[in-house]
Amino acid sequence: MKAAEENGIDIPTLCYDERLTVTGACRMCVVEVKGARKLMAACATPVSDGMEVLTESDRVVEARREILRLLIANHDLRCLTCERNGDCRLQDYCYRYKVEDTPYKGAVIEYPVDTDNPFFIRDYSKCIRCGKCVTLCAEINGAHVYDFMHRGFDTKVTSAYDDTLQETTCTFCGMCINVCPVAALVEKSTLWEGRPWEVKKVTTTCPYCGVGCQLKLKVKDNRIIGVTADRSGSNLGDLCGKGQFGWAYVHSPDRLTGPLIKRNSAFVKVSWEEALNYVAARFTDILNRRGGQAFAGLSSAKATNEENYLFQKFMRTVLQTNNVDHCARL
Amino acid sequence: MKRSILVCGGTGCVSSHSRLVHDALEKELRTRGLDKQFELKYTGCHGFCEQGPIITVEPEGYFYCQVTDEHVPKLVDSLREGSVYEDLLYKDPETQERVKTRDEVPFYKKQKRLVLKNCGRINPENIEDYLKTGGYQTLDKVFNMPPEAVIEEVKASGLRGRGGGGFPTGLKWAYAREARGDKKYLICNADEGDPGAFMDRSILEGDPHRVLEGMLIAGYAIGASEGFVYIRAEYPLAVKRLAMAIRQAREKGYLGNNILGSGFNFNIHISQGAGAFVCGEETALIASLQGNRGMPRPRPPFPATKGLWDRPTVVNNVETLANLPVILNMGAGAYASIGTKQSKGTKIFALTGKIKNTGLVEVPMGITLREIIFDIGGGIRNGKKFKAVQIGGPSGGCLGEEHLDLPIDYDSLIEAGAMMGSGGLVVMDEDTCMVELARFFLSFTRMEACGKCTPCREGNTRLLEILNRIVEGKGEPRDLDLLETLGRNIIDTSLCGLGQSAPNPVLSALRYFRPEYEMHVKQKICPAGVCKDLLSYRIIEEKCKACGLCLKHCPVGAITGAKGQPHRIDPEMCEKCGECLKKCPFGAIVTAGGDRIGKNKNDYQWDHVPRTRELHDLESGRRERY
Amino acid sequence: MTNSINEILETDVILVIGSNTTEAHPVTGYRIKQAVRNGKQLIVADPRRIELVKYADIWLRHRPGTDIALLNGLAHVILRDDLWDKEFVAERCEGFEEFEKTAAKYTPERVAEITGVDAELIEQAAHLYGEAEKATIIYAMGITQHTSGTHNVMAVANLAILTGNVGRRGTGVAPLRGQNNVQGACDMGCLPNYYPSYQPVEDPAARSKFERFWQVKLPEKPGLTVTEMTDAARRGKLKCMYIMGENPVLSDPDGNHVVEALQNLEFLVVQDIFLTETAQLAEVVLPAVTFAEKDGTFTNTERRIQMVRKAIDTESKAKPDWQIITELAQKMGHPWQYPGGPAQIMGEIAQCAPLYGGISHQRLEQEGGLHWPCPTPSHPGTLYLHADGFARGKGRFHSVEYLPPAEEPDEEYPLILTTGRTLYQFHTGTMSRRSRLEELRSEELAMIHPKDAEIYGIRDKDTISVESRRGKVTTKVQVTDQVPPGIVFMTFHFKETPTNVLTIASTDPVCRIPELKVCAVRVEKIISNPPVDERDNYVGVYKQ
Repeated sequence: MKAAEENGIDIPTLCYDERLTVTGACRMCVVEVKGARKLMAACATPVSDGMEVLTESDRVVEARREILRLLIANHDLRCLTCERNGDCRLQDYCYRYKVEDTPYKGAVIEYPVDTDNPFFIRDYSKCIRCGKCVTLCAEINGAHVYDFMHRGFDTKVTSAYDDTLQETTCTFCGMCINVCPVAALVEKSTLWEGRPWEVKKVTTTCPYCGVGCQLKLKVKDNRIIGVTADRSGSNLGDLCGKGQFGWAYVHSPDRLTGPLIKRNSAFVKVSWEEALNYVAARFTDILNRRGGQAFAGLSSAKATNEENYLFQKFMRTVLQTNNVDHCARL
Repeated sequence: MKRSILVCGGTGCVSSHSRLVHDALEKELRTRGLDKQFELKYTGCHGFCEQGPIITVEPEGYFYCQVTDEHVPKLVDSLREGSVYEDLLYKDPETQERVKTRDEVPFYKKQKRLVLKNCGRINPENIEDYLKTGGYQTLDKVFNMPPEAVIEEVKASGLRGRGGGGFPTGLKWAYAREARGDKKYLICNADEGDPGAFMDRSILEGDPHRVLEGMLIAGYAIGASEGFVYIRAEYPLAVKRLAMAIRQAREKGYLGNNILGSGFNFNIHISQGAGAFVCGEETALIASLQGNRGMPRPRPPFPATKGLWDRPTVVNNVETLANLPVILNMGAGAYASIGTKQSKGTKIFALTGKIKNTGLVEVPMGITLREIIFDIGGGIRNGKKFKAVQIGGPSGGCLGEEHLDLPIDYDSLIEAGAMMGSGGLVVMDEDTCMVELARFFLSFTRMEACGKCTPCREGNTRLLEILNRIVEGKGEPRDLDLLETLGRNIIDTSLCGLGQSAPNPVLSALRYFRPEYEMHVKQKICPAGVCKDLLSYRIIEEKCKACGLCLKHCPVGAITGAKGQPHRIDPEMCEKCGECLKKCPFGAIVTAGGDRIGKNKNDYQWDHVPRTRELHDLESGRRERY
Repeated sequence: MTNSINEILETDVILVIGSNTTEAHPVTGYRIKQAVRNGKQLIVADPRRIELVKYADIWLRHRPGTDIALLNGLAHVILRDDLWDKEFVAERCEGFEEFEKTAAKYTPERVAEITGVDAELIEQAAHLYGEAEKATIIYAMGITQHTSGTHNVMAVANLAILTGNVGRRGTGVAPLRGQNNVQGACDMGCLPNYYPSYQPVEDPAARSKFERFWQVKLPEKPGLTVTEMTDAARRGKLKCMYIMGENPVLSDPDGNHVVEALQNLEFLVVQDIFLTETAQLAEVVLPAVTFAEKDGTFTNTERRIQMVRKAIDTESKAKPDWQIITELAQKMGHPWQYPGGPAQIMGEIAQCAPLYGGISHQRLEQEGGLHWPCPTPSHPGTLYLHADGFARGKGRFHSVEYLPPAEEPDEEYPLILTTGRTLYQFHTGTMSRRSRLEELRSEELAMIHPKDAEIYGIRDKDTISVESRRGKVTTKVQVTDQVPPGIVFMTFHFKETPTNVLTIASTDPVCRIPELKVCAVRVEKIISNPPVDERDNYVGVYKQ
């Protein structure tokens, strides 16, 4: 699989993730290897010298179509209102391999949608059992929340005893949502908020701890509606609950909307011009009277480098003091 | 010399109450003061389970069948007199003559019992019995050979894995021997899961020390210091005897540290499986042994390089391991002289189905199906016609009459679309419907699939659904093509051996019995008269004597008729229960399709497979969408 | 961090001390857990049974505030059993002889007595760490927030250089920074004694460089640290404070004193996104915007400079901090002009801060994050430091001695309070409590050992008061053996339970970090939780 990627060959897969142990579950990536009796899963077959591989032969394409026909035969096909419509691997591959319908009209397993946790829904009628969330939760987070339950056709990916996630070891890092190739796991905050193609994704740095995870903010109509993984940083796409679900404060009604000046021990809204003039006047006054030693400034470990630079420059050059610090020690 | 009375204690005979017989015998001997003259032994399986409980008397070798506790007083009489208890002797069905000893029983004549040699002859709960037969003696020889030489010997013997895949055992060992690891493991795969197969159980119950000896040889050869026996929890007797054997072997110094002064350390642990068929697959077995859900993983890496706890591990099946003492005893050359070019030695088969002599048989590779079924198995029960044989369990295939003279080995079977598998042989007679048969095996594999890979999880269910449609009379001609392409794709794309072989029963049945499938689909007829939905009952007017019995017994009132007039069945109302047919004293009622008596479906011994409709009622939270 | 985060996966032995990594730095915690899963070995030194203890080969449960004794004890065994890297020490370090003498005093037996850790475990841990080809030490505020914080850090560094675990891939010491841009704020010179890029204020050459660069005469004397500011304000020496994006009322120790100090000011300006507890004390509050509404860069704990990108437009009148500061400077008559915004500011930084010499927004957009030092535009950045020698020439051993914490438990205040974070909240909760995370954890739960709980008649979920010489708070309680007997653990996320009114403002004499990790308290039950149902009982028993 890696070799193909490096050579610009796109082999379809639903379960492969370079960070995780290869499970070889979905079988979408089967290829024809010259000399091999059966088709081989590209994700699980090491490259060897002189190996001849056909990645899109008739036999391979037919096998992939069969897998897709089987998957959609047991899948909630209400794509019209699906949150992943347009951003769904199953859809993408059905389109790529021209699978319009399935000849297998039989049992379809339907599960009630689990909405019990505050952050995301689990709609297992859409689950294709690729097992990525299972492996990821075990191998990266270490929480081992998900596993397969039941056997055969009845196999379901879920938590222990099918409990709500609050009753499990789940730490709500949300990484499972970001690897789900379909709409089995969806952030609640994005539900009915916008179609995938309407949502702008902006890569940025998480505002919480010092690990500096890269993430993508999902933005629609100038509002953040969710977060998804970004693999460009040293977090390699991993996130914790704070990065994944801790962004709502940006749109909090408590946000300060304009400058305030306290008059008669109550805050009054004023214009920027008034506020800045007032602050400048008071600063100048104290500076003239007491000198720079009367000032101190606390900068912010939350602000950007550029802002911190300006802040200390302001304290040192404008207010003439080295009394500048921040909460590095807290 | 003290005479021995050997009471079979295999699971088959135990379930036909051999324990009662044993206890009654013990009591009877004691009360008559004969307990000093006779040694009463509780042995492992004789293989001829059809005739159980079985008792043999040594040294004469008298072979008594179907003994109950009521026979005990007379039996003891005969023992005291040194005479034969004629009534209990086996009656040769051909000649109708009673035969005295085991070797004269046709069931045993064509067998070559190397691995099963001790089964039924020794007390499996006593290591001394095993030692008397030469047990553990190969160890001296083995420990004086370099491990590489042991591997060479096994390679030379041509031994191939008896668990199903048929991979050359010596080669597997060599890989593990070469692999680097601070520790290596040997696992004995005793998770025998094929319906109808019980050779591993019999060996473990009847001769557990042979398996331990085999494990010691294998462990020494690959450089393992620890062995595990992964055994089904459904085999309590085997678990018990194995645990006993391990304890005794440890006491005698055959297990533990510095075995027989060789410097070789080896310990064996028992781990009980939780009843998942897929755990017979080696990577799933290893996952299960590690405490994880038993699901296969892709190979490579093969367990031989990265197995249990990521260390080099060899997984060998019970029967494979039990062959090792044989090979080391007789020598690779002698062993390799048995069998065919590519398949050496013997293979144990479990004979079941519509055959006279059900049980375990050990035969040399290359024997024909005809020899097994007719010479050893005694042919089909109730004088019916042979129709097909399913070889290799649910993963195997269905072969018909044209294959009866096929010499059986690993490769010939694969070529014919079946496989050796673990050695289940299910014999079908003319009353078996081939659609129904495929349906049975598929419903098994479908439920036992681990659920990991798409084709096996989803595909086998769809195959089953198509078969369900067919037996319900809703099949369409294109369904047969659908079965074939889907089946082939499942085989082509599945992750492990389970999925790669699950469609075999359907595909082989389609290959050899396609007309029968076509009749189901096109004419909506089940020639075997099994598929209820395809039957229609009618009364042959000429034969009807208007006795009214059928009318009286029809639970739904579908039969009409007056005195003196032939009766009629209203096909709209008929529920196809078959009551009328059973009651008709004149044979005037027949089923359409076969003009033969409609079989009661329950005749078919594993038939508890719910059809689509029931399936949906059973499995809640599911509905039909289309 | 001397090395980068993902090198954790390449190391052989990880020593985690004073860091509840999986909760405070979860994604780094994943790396540690992944490393263990891949067969790497882990030593955890922590008084609490943190999640990593489950993954640890060795758990050293030392008493809070005894880190130096423990670290010196490890060094003792490593020296005694000849596990140290003689070549590395000889070539690249100095001060070894003195250090050797100090370490000699810390026999495992003595250390066991001070720390409460089994001497045998100390021996095992020392061997594990000392014999590793590559080892790394991860620490956080559990090491630094003590009156001996600087010494603690030195003791960590001693151990690393003693074993030559510096300057190679997969080795090093890894202090984990608590905030997204603490590293950057330090790099940018928001420190009383350093200009950007750690150029000392006291160095005349550095000063004149910046005077030329900024075209302004600069003050000579180093300034005050946060805690010193509080003191100076209380004493009336400070008249005016400008606080940008900080909430010292909740985050700083001895919170009551902080309030007092701020109220004592003549003029307080607070610039923030919310009307925080601190902002409420201000005369002027200037509204700033969040990370999602501005461009810029953050520097993470592994010195990786990464872009922050504007995702949405601000819907109110709030402005980015850089813009407010610039306008304020202009109002005060300084000719600041940054029409190019943060990208232009970064250009200025690159000119005066050598560590950032090669950084530009353009480059970050093209190449992704870069690790400093990155002195020139063609420099690829530096994944791990000290490859070719230490910044100061030779690595110095500092002989540091164990000293007890500033405040130890006594009869009146018999328990030790130690503080930290939980997974679902962050810092003073200004951000995290305004998100859905609040639904998972919305109140303080002081952790107390079952034995102590029994002594004070406390049951799970009871409400208790926790009191120190400086203040008193009420909190709900969680009875758990995650903490050892004698210790209470609390967070500082919840304004309803402002834990920092309890903590002590004693600081480390060198870097003035407050001792937030140890102070003496007493507890008292206030309200009994309604009868415990059976299930809770069961859980309680199970956990014990």
